[in-house]
Amino acid sequence: MAIKTETMTLNMGPQHPSTHGVFRLVVDVDGETIKRVEPVMGYLHRGSEKLAERFVYTQFIPYTDRLDYMNAMTNNYVYCAAVEKLLEWEIPERAEYLRVITMELNRIASHLVWWGTYLLDIGALSPFLYAFRDRDHCLDLLNEISGARMTFNYMRIGGVKWDSPDGWIDRVKEKVKVLRENINEYDTLVTGNEIFQSRTIGVGKLTKEQILDWGISGPLARASGLKMDIRKDEPYSIYDRFDFDIPTQEEGDVYARYKVRIAELYESLKIIEQACEQIPEGDIITKKGKRIMMIKPPAGEAYTRAEASKGEIGVYAISNGKNKPYRIKLRRPSFVNVAILQELLIGKNIQDLVAIFGSLDIVLGEVDA
Amino acid sequence: MSQETLDLIISKVNNALDEEVLVVKPPETDEEAEGEKEEKEEIEETAKLNFGKPMIILDSEKWSMDLAKMLRDDPQLHFDFLQCVTGVDYDEHMEVVYNLYSTEKKHYLYVKVKTPRETPSVVSVTPVWRAADYMEREIFDLLGIEFPGHWNLKRILLQDEWEGHPLRKDYITDKKALGLD
Repeated sequence: MAIKTETMTLNMGPQHPSTHGVFRLVVDVDGETIKRVEPVMGYLHRGSEKLAERFVYTQFIPYTDRLDYMNAMTNNYVYCAAVEKLLEWEIPERAEYLRVITMELNRIASHLVWWGTYLLDIGALSPFLYAFRDRDHCLDLLNEISGARMTFNYMRIGGVKWDSPDGWIDRVKEKVKVLRENINEYDTLVTGNEIFQSRTIGVGKLTKEQILDWGISGPLARASGLKMDIRKDEPYSIYDRFDFDIPTQEEGDVYARYKVRIAELYESLKIIEQACEQIPEGDIITKKGKRIMMIKPPAGEAYTRAEASKGEIGVYAISNGKNKPYRIKLRRPSFVNVAILQELLIGKNIQDLVAIFGSLDIVLGEVDA
Repeated sequence: MSQETLDLIISKVNNALDEEVLVVKPPETDEEAEGEKEEKEEIEETAKLNFGKPMIILDSEKWSMDLAKMLRDDPQLHFDFLQCVTGVDYDEHMEVVYNLYSTEKKHYLYVKVKTPRETPSVVSVTPVWRAADYMEREIFDLLGIEFPGHWNLKRILLQDEWEGHPLRKDYITDKKALGLD
């Protein structure tokens, strides 16, 4: 006998612990089955792109920190790289190495935050403490070199702001060893856990076709079997000098995304180790880069992209030859990735909502810009 | 490599539109006199290499869903990944730039679509690449460019009652003029 059911509209957020920010999902449910999803965003919109047009080029760098505040180094980098592309400047070797080391340290910190908070979302409390212990190893190092824990404002057009303090490179090398040991613990703590596996295996599957259609990038794409990584596809900075793999999984479910991110931690450690061995002495910023009011890229436009922890971050920069940008468009990976929720959650059980939503790893500072 | 891709794109697009829409600036020869040069500048270049990547410039009447489909489905082009959609306000016109990438062929394309500033409107590509869904909505929100064919075109970052489009160059941001200071 069929049971008569009614659809109910459920409002999740904007204040909801699993959204890690202010984000609202309007969900129509029939019993426990999701029928329609409408993401509502913009609560954190600060008009970053409009602000960019008012400042000289260097002044906009701190604003990029506040997009994806978990992974601010890559945001710094991609903005500086976009302007450098228009300027056609050569960047000193040492600056490029410092950029790579800080970016990869930041990627580890960002993935660890995801690991801890995601497990918190689905009910495992203690991993969060382990994750934040190790994340602070990374943040301490970044604090030492940039002066800030999260909003670094470290890179400059033409190089970086600070050289590494005495013994910093050695401390990075030590921490890499510590982190590698600690990340091994995660596998024994969580990966094989039966409850965790039954919550994640086969849940929230994404196919290759969906990934390409919705323009999804980063760990989400790699967990669905697409070997896409900008560090390899279109090597920027000096990523072509390092030996590292792109971890992929075929399944495309939440568990596959988990495994890809854990594997990426080891790859980032590999890159940091190699960079610490190879780093040369020398300048950290080009001479022209120090005169910030005089940075005037010739009229032109270019799209520059980089692999952030969430996916492809891009900057479309347009210059009209003045010392302020004409237009800065920010392609934020979270903003593009979050659109898939409209399709992905349909027909799923409401208990999987948080498990799927959390696995996308979005940051609202970046969604709302 | 990129030059070959550009030539290929030009021939495919011109073929699909059945006219010579895309033109390249002919290379200058030594014999050219000064007088002839001026005459040449009148031809607007609509296909070129921008920092080593092909770029084509179209008017919004020429840009269509069929053309977008051709770019995606043609086996030699196969632009299956839409990277970025950008809206730009110039004083005379508006522009929407689509950054395309082929995951298989590893080549790139900038498609710039020009539209008049008074009635800005560009055919939506959401049926071809769903990645455009939010990015086109963002442009509609912040620049006020219409995307006919979009399934759910409404404001995304600002609230529905917001007046004006902040990324337009004539948007008033002066606190005094707004009576906030």
